[in-house]
Amino acid sequence: MIDGTSAFLEGVVRTATPLALAALGETVTERSGIINIGLEGSIIAGALGAVVGAGYGGVWAGFAFAAVCGCAVAAIFALFAVTLRADQIISGTAVTLLALGGTGTLYRILYGSAGAALNTPTLDPTPIPLLSQLPVVGRALFVQPSITYVLYVLVPVVTWWTYRTHAGLGLRAIGENPAAAIAAGIRARKVQFLAVLFGGLLGGVSGGTLVLAQAGTFVEGMSAGRGFIAIAIVVLGRWNPLGAALAAVVFGAASALQFFFQASGSNLPYQLFLAFPYVLTLLALAATRGRTNSPAALGRQDFEQ
Amino acid sequence: MSDVALELASITKRFGGLTALDGASLQARRGTVHALLGENGAGKTTLMRIAFGMLRPDSGSIIVDGRNRSFASPNDAISAGIGMVHQHFTLVPAMTVAENIALGGRGRFRPAQVRDAILALSERTGLAVDPSARIEDLPTGAQQRVEILKALSRDAKILILDEPTAVLTPTESRELLQRARELVRNGGTAILITHKLRDALEFADDITVLRRGSTVWTGGAAEATEEALVAAMLGGERVNAEMEPAGRTTTDRSTTVLSLENVCVRDVNGVERLRSVSLAVHAGEIVGIAGVEGNGQHELLRVLAGRMHISSGEVRIPTVVGFIPEDRHRDALIQDFSLRDNVALLGAGTRRGVVSWTAIASQTRELIRDYDVRASDELTSVRTLSGGNQQKLVVGREIEGSQTALVAENPSRGLDVQATAAVHARILAARDAGMAVVIYSSDLDEVLALAERIVAVHAGNVTEPPREYEAIGRAMLGLPVT
Amino acid sequence: MTETMAFVVDMLVHATPLLITGLAVAIAFRAGVWNIGADGQFIAGATAAAWVGVSAPPEIGWLALIIALIAGVLAGAIWAALAAWLRSRFGVLEVISTIMLNFVATYGASFLVRGPLQEPTHVYPQTAGIVDGAHMPILVAGTRLHWGFVIALVLAVVAWWVMKYSATGFRVRASGVNPFAARSAGLIDVSRVTAVAFVVSGAIAGMAGAIEVSGVTFALYENISPGYGYTAIAVALLAGLNTLGVIGTGILFGALETAAGAMQRNIGIPSTTASVIEAIVILVVIAIAQLRANRVTGTA
Repeated sequence: MIDGTSAFLEGVVRTATPLALAALGETVTERSGIINIGLEGSIIAGALGAVVGAGYGGVWAGFAFAAVCGCAVAAIFALFAVTLRADQIISGTAVTLLALGGTGTLYRILYGSAGAALNTPTLDPTPIPLLSQLPVVGRALFVQPSITYVLYVLVPVVTWWTYRTHAGLGLRAIGENPAAAIAAGIRARKVQFLAVLFGGLLGGVSGGTLVLAQAGTFVEGMSAGRGFIAIAIVVLGRWNPLGAALAAVVFGAASALQFFFQASGSNLPYQLFLAFPYVLTLLALAATRGRTNSPAALGRQDFEQ
Repeated sequence: MSDVALELASITKRFGGLTALDGASLQARRGTVHALLGENGAGKTTLMRIAFGMLRPDSGSIIVDGRNRSFASPNDAISAGIGMVHQHFTLVPAMTVAENIALGGRGRFRPAQVRDAILALSERTGLAVDPSARIEDLPTGAQQRVEILKALSRDAKILILDEPTAVLTPTESRELLQRARELVRNGGTAILITHKLRDALEFADDITVLRRGSTVWTGGAAEATEEALVAAMLGGERVNAEMEPAGRTTTDRSTTVLSLENVCVRDVNGVERLRSVSLAVHAGEIVGIAGVEGNGQHELLRVLAGRMHISSGEVRIPTVVGFIPEDRHRDALIQDFSLRDNVALLGAGTRRGVVSWTAIASQTRELIRDYDVRASDELTSVRTLSGGNQQKLVVGREIEGSQTALVAENPSRGLDVQATAAVHARILAARDAGMAVVIYSSDLDEVLALAERIVAVHAGNVTEPPREYEAIGRAMLGLPVT
Repeated sequence: MTETMAFVVDMLVHATPLLITGLAVAIAFRAGVWNIGADGQFIAGATAAAWVGVSAPPEIGWLALIIALIAGVLAGAIWAALAAWLRSRFGVLEVISTIMLNFVATYGASFLVRGPLQEPTHVYPQTAGIVDGAHMPILVAGTRLHWGFVIALVLAVVAWWVMKYSATGFRVRASGVNPFAARSAGLIDVSRVTAVAFVVSGAIAGMAGAIEVSGVTFALYENISPGYGYTAIAVALLAGLNTLGVIGTGILFGALETAAGAMQRNIGIPSTTASVIEAIVILVVIAIAQLRANRVTGTA
């Protein structure tokens, strides 16, 4: 029983990792007042980038190139949403469509339309000495692909940066009242642009995780709406980096449920489990009423600079 | 060290086709309070925004302490020792006083350290604040103190105050201006942007007058006379600045048109904005609302105009009440629609079937003619109209649309002298025609010029003080009137 | 039939779902509602129509088609109403909720065609063919071009007239451009107007799905929508959200998709290139509109 729980928890953390990475990045982006619907595009771009990068230089090169690709897609979005100040919702949607179509096209061109399985190196779980021996949580938390450990480090670092540095303070101020931040001498547009890039970078890494720590290959559309789910996770986590990580675990559990039920031989249609994370997103957004505690200037186009 | 702390020489600034500043100049001497006087739209705020690095001038120079400077952003101006207290506070409501004052710093953010620094500064300047309080929980006067402390904490030697008394009661205003005089005694310089003559004459050492973007008068406050300043501010158009309410006609004032009985209004967070308010407005009279922003007048006006739901109590108003909101760009007009389409907004909520565009078009042409709206025709976009013409269109639409009641909120905001006079004339004409009129302005002088009855709002409560400056001031503060 | 004519027929057949979903999206966007869920609403409509199509008794004849279309409209409306309710009651961003519902619709259809609605031999993930009475009549004899195209044109013209001349249309337009002024100056019930527009948008997208099943596929299968709801965004934006203009852009994109399919078959260029082009079109339209708006308001 303990073994089964442990295995389930391990699956939860594994599934939650890409969601947490993307949500962490999006938290920073939204704290600066920008809502990046194009995050999904960064994830899928990162996934393809991971395959390409890993093919040339191994797993970590894959992650690095995934980050670059995610960043590049986010840069297009930032150009529209921050520089041009176009509507963020429609710009983000367009960027996501561009990335989805673009990765599909590039994949077929680079690897053939048959979509053959590839020899992409993947990350095996790496147990951390001592910690992995802990009962129940040991296996769940500390026997994971190394990218999860990167996440463990990122969360406290990003949290510290957001609340204990002037840069983080300035970022938060832009998201609440851009005029105040500008009057205090902060270059709002520059900070927002960088915040979007950071979110895209982590989105790319998230996509890389899907490939290099899970699927081992690229499939068109494999991001499967995780970018949008990440945005819901940000809301659930109340725009707090730690909260986002915890909320991601909840969604990870929802996704991992399908393996749990299949293993126990349930008769329920598998589509129900596939649909569950999306339904959960709707329920979660409705429950948190989507708007409380959000940065006051989130999504605003006219930031007066 | 030069005698002149800040000099702005021949500043020109254009926004698209509009020339906001045309060779404006100012010389503020060290250790003085310098008043920058001018009507709405004269360019005062624009000039000071350039001094604070929020805007770049098209030509002209900024000289601080004898050195020519160029500011790419407020950061540069702050480094040069210039601080600005904005008319609309640039504070983050959800953050604390400490976080707001610390904003713009570098490196690690240590809340405890910031707190101690603020308390020390508070003591030195006599401006008391609680560093851990959230801005949104503080009253306006306290928020302004935070704004000032924010500027002073960045070692501002030249402090620019943009219409600081606009959000204060008469008593608070005096206090603030006296404090400004104390600040400059230690060698600092204060520039006071204001359109109030009296404040300038009483508290400033030197005065510069802007009109239509140029400097038209400059000199010591001691040598200035009210007449000379008024002439400089208004130029050729002599409009009676201090009006008594225009003579009433013999319209029946006993019919109650707008009636509120024990009305309570709660906002989205459940906070009570209006507490058991009772008010009656009659046909043929103008009731003026006096109050500092945030005390409930926003809600009161909208309840009277039928634009807001109440939590309890009784509201009796006509089906259609004309409403002239403060933010006409956002609330009264759809900028990208034509004049005709904006007039079509009248009654759009309940209209059925087909829109009779020809009828509305001719209605619009009539409005354009009767209300002197300068527009090519009814099909041009409203965005192309000047602020004054947009407001005239709104005033016309609302008056003609209701015929029985009119509620106006800061109707002359952002308008020049001529447009203001036109709008005021229309409001008086509406009253003469038997409409019930309610007017609110953050400028008490404007309210007194138009209204015969004054109602003061404070913390959601409404009182009716005698029509006299001091009494009204006390009522606005919630103090007993006698 | 000449090759050009074959291309034109293909183009118009392809254009029909794009035109109708483009119309649905245009109406929603005009009301200020970001309905990215036209795909899900399309699938809902197609599913409902297919269900009617395979269950209808042969005696009712062409009544089956009418009922199928109505079912499609209702299904699409309900699918949109879910998101509309979440938006007005809970403040849930409709762009996220509609996309989530797209996924749910896809999985729902997948479940149905592999389960309860699967064709009798239980081999293929699709429904049985719909009865003859549910088939959309052919417009040009000997071709695939069906009356659904005419319905699309009629819908577009009706929508154009409503937007321009009816009181409701004015309320929708005002609410979409400036809900504050609409509320304050026009005394328009903005939340009701936008909710209705949202549901109507879904109903139209549902109709598109029903027409596709009754006119082209004659059954329901997985991937009944190859992303029509997303292409519809490009169709709507390129037409400047003009409900008459979507006729033109719908046909244009129909041509694009037909050509893309041909290119993949003949030259091997992936058909996903069409999606890339569509996304670029959206971005270019946004950029031009925003640059123009920035110039007008004098902002940098």
